[in-house]
Amino acid sequence: MQDLVEELGRLPGVGPKSAQRIAFHLLASDAEDVQRLATALTEVKRRVRFCEVCGNVAEAERCRICRDDRRDGTVVCVVEEPKDVVAIERTREFRGRYHVLGGAISPIEGVGPDDLRVRELMTRLASGEITELILATDPNLEGEATATYLARLCKPMGLRITRLASGLPVGGDLEYADEVTLGRAFEGRRLLDV
Amino acid sequence: MHVAHLSLADFRNYERAELPLEPGVTALVGPNGQGKTNLVEALGYVASLSSHRVANDAPLVRAGAERAVVRASVVRDGRPLLAEVEINPGRANRARLGRAALPRARELVGTLRTVLFAPEDLALVKGDPEGRRRFADDLLVLLAPRLAGVRAEYDRALKQRNALLRSAGATSAARRGAGPLPGIEVWDHQLAALGADLLSARRYLLARLAPYVARAYDAVAETAPGGTGAGAAAEGGPADVVRLAYRGSLAEHRGEGEEDLSSEAAREAGAAPRDVLAAQLVEAMEQLRRREVERGLTLVGPHRDDVLLSLRGLPARGYASHGESWSYALALRLGAYELLRSEGPGTPSEREPVLVLDDVFAELDARRRSRLAELVAGAEQVLLTAAVPEDVPPQLTGRRVHVRAGALQLPLDGGPAEDAVAGGGPADGASVPEGAADQGSAGDGDGRG
Ligand SMILES: Nc1ncnc2c1ncn2[C@@H]1O[C@H](COP(=O)(O)OP(=O)(O)O)[C@@H](O)[C@H]1O
Ligand SMILES: [Mg+2]
Ligand SMILES: [Zn+2]
Repeated sequence: MQDLVEELGRLPGVGPKSAQRIAFHLLASDAEDVQRLATALTEVKRRVRFCEVCGNVAEAERCRICRDDRRDGTVVCVVEEPKDVVAIERTREFRGRYHVLGGAISPIEGVGPDDLRVRELMTRLASGEITELILATDPNLEGEATATYLARLCKPMGLRITRLASGLPVGGDLEYADEVTLGRAFEGRRLLDV
Repeated sequence: MHVAHLSLADFRNYERAELPLEPGVTALVGPNGQGKTNLVEALGYVASLSSHRVANDAPLVRAGAERAVVRASVVRDGRPLLAEVEINPGRANRARLGRAALPRARELVGTLRTVLFAPEDLALVKGDPEGRRRFADDLLVLLAPRLAGVRAEYDRALKQRNALLRSAGATSAARRGAGPLPGIEVWDHQLAALGADLLSARRYLLARLAPYVARAYDAVAETAPGGTGAGAAAEGGPADVVRLAYRGSLAEHRGEGEEDLSSEAAREAGAAPRDVLAAQLVEAMEQLRRREVERGLTLVGPHRDDVLLSLRGLPARGYASHGESWSYALALRLGAYELLRSEGPGTPSEREPVLVLDDVFAELDARRRSRLAELVAGAEQVLLTAAVPEDVPPQLTGRRVHVRAGALQLPLDGGPAEDAVAGGGPADGASVPEGAADQGSAGDGDGRG
């Protein structure tokens, strides 16, 4: 029991109290349910790897998205982590492909461009198929730095380079938006076509 | 504005404390080491999300506790608003305003405005540039809360850039100035954009502040015949005695001199062109590249600047007497108070900060003491601390709260303030005296007991 609580407590977002709650929940669950969870855990490590093209999680050499012919290969969306792919996929707005960097530039943590999948991106761009790059790194200091770095690097290639707009949360009140968000939303305002 | 109620949980030496407050003067009285400064520090934390004593939040949490909570009911134009912050050292703080949880704690900044006078203020005049930068930036954030974010991002970008410079310095090629620094230009631009924002805001602020400081110095030190100094600046009096100038590392690099902020021209310059400043900062960083790599430090930007305080044409630091230095320090705080009260959106009462005087009267000679007391006596709310009742100037009559070992002893309802003095013996540190507990529960909810 102690081992389980300790292992669970190492997961992101799980504190000691939650770890204990999950452990007791498992103890009270059916043996079959627990077995399914255990299998899922070991299988994910055995079967899932990273896509050789985009760096997303994959069960084969190439991920589901890179294998899908219906996706638009001329537009590539650059994100920090595989979980960002999941988030963008949920919107069903984007029909292009992805490139997962594996993080953002952060000298404090010793992460420079060489530690990210930047060289792989340049190789993909060199093939000439890609015409637009959407930079969708996080809207924080490190994400901005990474986006700016890539934009400068890719500028000579004559691509269309865009950055995701950051702005007001939908369903929120303008009045309660913080000033940085509101400021960004102003910078990123767009023409209203009516 | 004023604070109608202050609540603490696990803050410094307070397990729990409830302090109902009123407009006017409240004196916190008690022997040293009992928790008077801790109380005003808590109030300051709600205002600025930082302590005036420590850079790191860990000491603010009561020994043995995990987090501290400070809550203040802030009354602006008669409407109370509850501002709450949960201090989690090493993790993100959480803040609430009214019933709403704020997405980011720093959005609380600007709700409560305080101006704190403390014995350490003498270092504003006699000490290192860091204290003067902090003074300017704290004031800036109170006036334009947006800049709290800019300031935090600037500090972070600076750390990132310095880390990159250090890692480059570790390779000998880069030390010779030959090796590449992958991505340094990105940090140059990020830091320059944030730095330009801070720099132009700081200079604009100081130019606006300068005349208020000059008048306040005149009022504290009585430099001109006629006393209070109102309107004397126009006659060319106090502004010549006290002048503020900006010593910028960028200007220095460019071979430009200090910028006199007390001049009419500086005030008229208004908002400096930020894009020009940003471009100049980038250029300076490029020129300083080799030295920056050698030292692993960013050598130009608002983090290397200073505010020069001069008195009758000489730098106050090094030339001013002890008494003059105190007058100057008080003038900076009083000037900040007057600026906050006089400028910006809202009604005068909405703008007016709460004045907090922590142990300052004991530091001053009799004349400055009474001048200061007269100057602050008319403020909407004044909180002051003193070790002994004799340190409270007679001009500042009002309520007294006795502080002992992390417990508060409040004046009895309706009775004269002095009742509390006779009210009871020393409280034991662990429990709140009955009177305080009663007042506390009445003050729960939105804090207006
Ligand atoms: N995190 C903490 N936990 C418990 N006690 C603390 C903590 N920080 C400071 N103290 C205590 O608070 C007291 C100082 O209170 P302070 O408000 O500075 O005194 P004063 O009344 O002289 O202004 C000291 O006794 C100190 O030990
Ligand atoms: Mg004290
Ligand atoms: Zn893929």
